[in-house]
Amino acid sequence: MDKVLFGDNQFFAVNHLSDEKSRAQAIRFKDDSAIIRVLDQAIEEGISTFMCTTHDRIANICEYMRNNPDKYRGFKIYPGMPYAHKYANAVTELGIIGTIKQYVPGNIFSTFAKGGMAYLSKDFLKLMEILIDAEMKMFKGISTPVIFIQNVIVDMILGLKAYDAFKAFDEYIRKKYNAEPGYITMNMPALLDALNSIGINNPIICTSINKIGFRMSGGREIYEKYLREKEFRPIAMQVLAAGALKPREAIEYLGNFPKIESVVFGASSKGHIRETKELIEKYL
Amino acid sequence: MLKAGIIGLGKMGLSHAAIVAPHRDVDLVAVCDTSSLILDGIKKFTGIKVYDDYRKMIDSETLDFVIVATPTKFHFPMVKFALEKGIHTFCEKPFSLSIKEGEEMVSLAERNNLVNQVGYHNHFIGTFRELRRLIKNGILGDLVHFTGEAYGPVVTKPKGGTWRSDPGEGGGCLFDYASHVINLIQEIIGRPVSAQGAQLKRIYSRDVEDAVYSLLKLESGLSGILSVNWSDETYRKMSTSITVIGKKGKIICDATELKIYLKEPDSTEKLDRGWTIKYITDLAIPVDFYLRGEEYSAQIDNFVHHVIERKPTEINTFRQALETDRVMEIIMTESKR
Repeated sequence: MDKVLFGDNQFFAVNHLSDEKSRAQAIRFKDDSAIIRVLDQAIEEGISTFMCTTHDRIANICEYMRNNPDKYRGFKIYPGMPYAHKYANAVTELGIIGTIKQYVPGNIFSTFAKGGMAYLSKDFLKLMEILIDAEMKMFKGISTPVIFIQNVIVDMILGLKAYDAFKAFDEYIRKKYNAEPGYITMNMPALLDALNSIGINNPIICTSINKIGFRMSGGREIYEKYLREKEFRPIAMQVLAAGALKPREAIEYLGNFPKIESVVFGASSKGHIRETKELIEKYL
Repeated sequence: MLKAGIIGLGKMGLSHAAIVAPHRDVDLVAVCDTSSLILDGIKKFTGIKVYDDYRKMIDSETLDFVIVATPTKFHFPMVKFALEKGIHTFCEKPFSLSIKEGEEMVSLAERNNLVNQVGYHNHFIGTFRELRRLIKNGILGDLVHFTGEAYGPVVTKPKGGTWRSDPGEGGGCLFDYASHVINLIQEIIGRPVSAQGAQLKRIYSRDVEDAVYSLLKLESGLSGILSVNWSDETYRKMSTSITVIGKKGKIICDATELKIYLKEPDSTEKLDRGWTIKYITDLAIPVDFYLRGEEYSAQIDNFVHHVIERKPTEINTFRQALETDRVMEIIMTESKR
């Protein structure tokens, strides 16, 4: 994995510090061309991996990349699925079954010809595969060497101790997409223990790592212990703690943990992209 | 270890299950739902016992507490059944569709000294908690006006659907979205006692309102505005905010930040004149397990703590939630005038 991964929160009005800033971002990135412009600036700065959620608008970005193959040669995307709010808002309105009906492509009764929903209930893993394929459709023809499940799903499975779902995801991503599975989580120590317990070793885990312990469940100390002692491939996210930390002190802190392979960050200006990238390369 | 059961495995029930199961002081022994699809999934992937009848679950298991996360119209029989068996009860919001039934649940819980809590989770978000503290300390002086708002993209196209689009089951923007804001106003600023005008507007839904607008008057005589709309797709997710204006300044608070404007410095709070911004990064309540927000774990931590100590919680009691139900009734009555 590259040391520097370019994230997408800034494009989709995700700002953990201010609702006002997220609205400003939504306005700025209204057009796909604005997203592409910033992505191109990141590429000019030498970044070659874009880590993004499976938001509807990413499909347009992928389409643009497919249409401009020379420009994006060697460029990689690490998809994170699903775009959770799409499902969360749907579940509030339609319920869980209604949401499955809405998002499983085609008619669910024909997808599961043998008895429809009743058959489905016996085969959750098949359903998971169908949902993964649906989310992955937009990346056709684009290099996706690492594929992540988003934290809401990871942490839900983790909490329910439904670890077989991790195993199935892991196997399917390797087999079908010839890619490395990755896990985004707000509960890194517990997740690593869980994955190890089912024989998933040295996993790629993307998790909050910052010196003020923001969104590091269980506290900073246990995260630091795991970063020093355990075997896994960490990607640091929320390194600026939603903006509470200055880039230099934030990234200097990451330098204490040589195990960290990559840092994912989002930025909207060339200056910020360059500054953050240089800091990561200096301290990591 | 406390033994827990969950009734209802929709969005909130599953979320509670994922938070309760790894809790260091709790053993989640059983869950209950009517969907065989959900129960099959739980049975297949987790070691948790499943029931399709809550009575059977409560009678067969020795539970210290239950979480009731079913559609609102089912709260009363389920909560009552649990309380009568001496089980501490956490109930999802809104509390009840009928004031009479709500009163019965309150008195049953209080009479039996059972810990009771309702899922108004915003009180476990650091920014709203800090707002409450500042307002109670009188930092803004005499209050002049407030605005309570929530916007989000739940229903953005015309279509019907589940119990949330059925007014008889507790669906609609008033019960689902506005209840959170009313509860925040009630616990942070003061109890609303009347509505001077209320509009329940349908935008896309056929049978329920998608927006709630009202001018509320509080016990103290203070009045302010409630403005809630769940059909606003300019928001990525539910965004709730409270603005309070006083003679000494103003505070705008949401889940991410607290913006304080003071006309004069406040030495006890160490706040300057003019704007001060406090961020959630400094105010978040630390939790052992995170799912969708610290507040969901923090509210369970609070409930579990009080069950262990066997003493009533002061945050989000049934009684407080019943007050919110009363305000919703006031708004419904006023909207029909």
